[in-house]
Amino acid sequence: MPEITAEQVAHLAHLARIDLSPQEIARLTADLGQIVDSVAKVSEVATPDVPATSHPVPLANVFRDDVVTPSLTVEQALSGAPERDGDKFRVPAILDED
Amino acid sequence: MAQADLMDFDKALELYEPVLGFEVHVELNTATKMFCSCANEFGQGANTNTCPTCLGLPGGLPQVNRKAIESSIRLGLALDCTIAESSRFARKNYFYPDTAKNFQTSQYDEPIAFDGALTIELAGGRQVRVEIERAHMEEDAGKLTHKGGATGRIQGADYSLVDYNRGGVPLVEIVTRMIEGGEADSPEIARTYVAAIREIVKALGVSNARMEEGNVRCDANVSLRPRGSQILGTRTETKNVNSLRSVERAVRHEIQRQAALLAAGGTITQETRHWHEDTGTTSAGRPKSDADDYRYFPEPDLVPVAPSREWVEELRSTLPEPPAARRKRLQGDWGFADLEFQDVVNSDLLDAVEGTVAAGASAQSARKWWTGEIARLANAAGTPAESLVAPAQVAALITLIDDGTLTDRLARQVLEGVIAGEGTPAEVVDKRGLAVVSDDGALVAAIDEALAAQPDVLAKIRDGKVQAAGAVIGAVMKAMRGQADAARVRELVLERAGSAQ
Repeated sequence: MPEITAEQVAHLAHLARIDLSPQEIARLTADLGQIVDSVAKVSEVATPDVPATSHPVPLANVFRDDVVTPSLTVEQALSGAPERDGDKFRVPAILDED
Repeated sequence: MAQADLMDFDKALELYEPVLGFEVHVELNTATKMFCSCANEFGQGANTNTCPTCLGLPGGLPQVNRKAIESSIRLGLALDCTIAESSRFARKNYFYPDTAKNFQTSQYDEPIAFDGALTIELAGGRQVRVEIERAHMEEDAGKLTHKGGATGRIQGADYSLVDYNRGGVPLVEIVTRMIEGGEADSPEIARTYVAAIREIVKALGVSNARMEEGNVRCDANVSLRPRGSQILGTRTETKNVNSLRSVERAVRHEIQRQAALLAAGGTITQETRHWHEDTGTTSAGRPKSDADDYRYFPEPDLVPVAPSREWVEELRSTLPEPPAARRKRLQGDWGFADLEFQDVVNSDLLDAVEGTVAAGASAQSARKWWTGEIARLANAAGTPAESLVAPAQVAALITLIDDGTLTDRLARQVLEGVIAGEGTPAEVVDKRGLAVVSDDGALVAAIDEALAAQPDVLAKIRDGKVQAAGAVIGAVMKAMRGQADAARVRELVLERAGSAQ
């Protein structure tokens, strides 16, 4: 039975850039444990002759032709940006000073 | 940041065995992006080629570009890979502003192509077989510009600017297996491998293959294993290496840097390192995430790609002659010495010379003009030689030299005219009046005049000192403003002087 630990939840929260309080981590650890247990029930019925699937629709090879269609204007593209600088999106510093 | 200590390269190899691995990203030259119909164009105004899909806006849905799939399969086949019966996309989750979606659509456990190999040949003739683990499809990220700070680098920047035009451009990432036994050739193996990949994608026509524009980019993995040890060392991944020369230098640098660190009792951190072209050094980037941390999962918005075997075979039939085989054939056909041929290859003039020979010129003349005068003019203009003049025009120029219409000197003037858009070589000859004066009457008059002006030279020639004729020939060529055949002038000078020769 997979065990979800508070450390795993804290690590996931960091990867997802979500700030969680210790109380929230405790609650989510319990919740996620239950979810994982529920999903694990699937493997009880999935025998090796059932192929894994990643998509509910039995389709493959859905392609489009390589033909250009108009893009957004620069103004449209930038209209939702919290900050801009000329025609570019402006974002906070990415790395701290070494 | 302090300059890293480096160990002497030979010393490093005495103590450690380098183990290499490469991830080469190839940008495909499709008309549109991988998952949306925005134009895939380099050098456009910032954020002019974006849409809800490549900006990751709500409601944006990806649609796979058929041409990108074809190019990926052809590239996989050219690398002797198996093409997957079924292949799917996956989300690689990470937070970095170069992707607006907070994930990159890539492939994880079911790449389109796998288990290939490429044999490369080093300058000394050593053959190295590089095994390809996989070639998978993914999308490129946007372009970041770091602002503020002293260096314009990511370290110390105050903020960054993003242009998403490149975001969503189709990429094929080619991943090698570990390359052992490279030893002192390791830097050259790196360079030669990337050059071979570049040559293959160019021959396939699936990429513009311009490293300076980032069409082909190499991440070089280097680790060192102490002699006698079976345990692999910790590897670093050097990114941002965008010229063949840099690939070679970066691998050499990492071997020397890691050796110095290990010998001093230090440990290597598994991390990405940034290559700095100006200083020839690498610096630490972000710590490398474990694959687990990317939380890959199958892309729910896309269905699998399951290329039929018929389609794969149809694409296989479109593969060009492998570049290495083509080079061998052309060198044999042309009868070039190794150095002559290398000169053509290194100057990227194989197609130009081949086209010129096909248009009727001799291989040696074609080589001489392309690697000489045309390369010089291209260098001065800062453009590729092939963009200056068409092979057929060069062949026509060479024909005019061969039939005596032009001297080499006049031909250079004609070439300038052709490049300036004045027409074909024959038209430029007409317009500029550049043909060699073959009317001996005009030449004889000029020769007689020159001989009369230099009686001492005339006397010497009559005494059999034929080399003295040079002064007269020079004067005649000057008088004819160069429009005379020097060999013919020499003949006539000796004849008029009454030399015994």
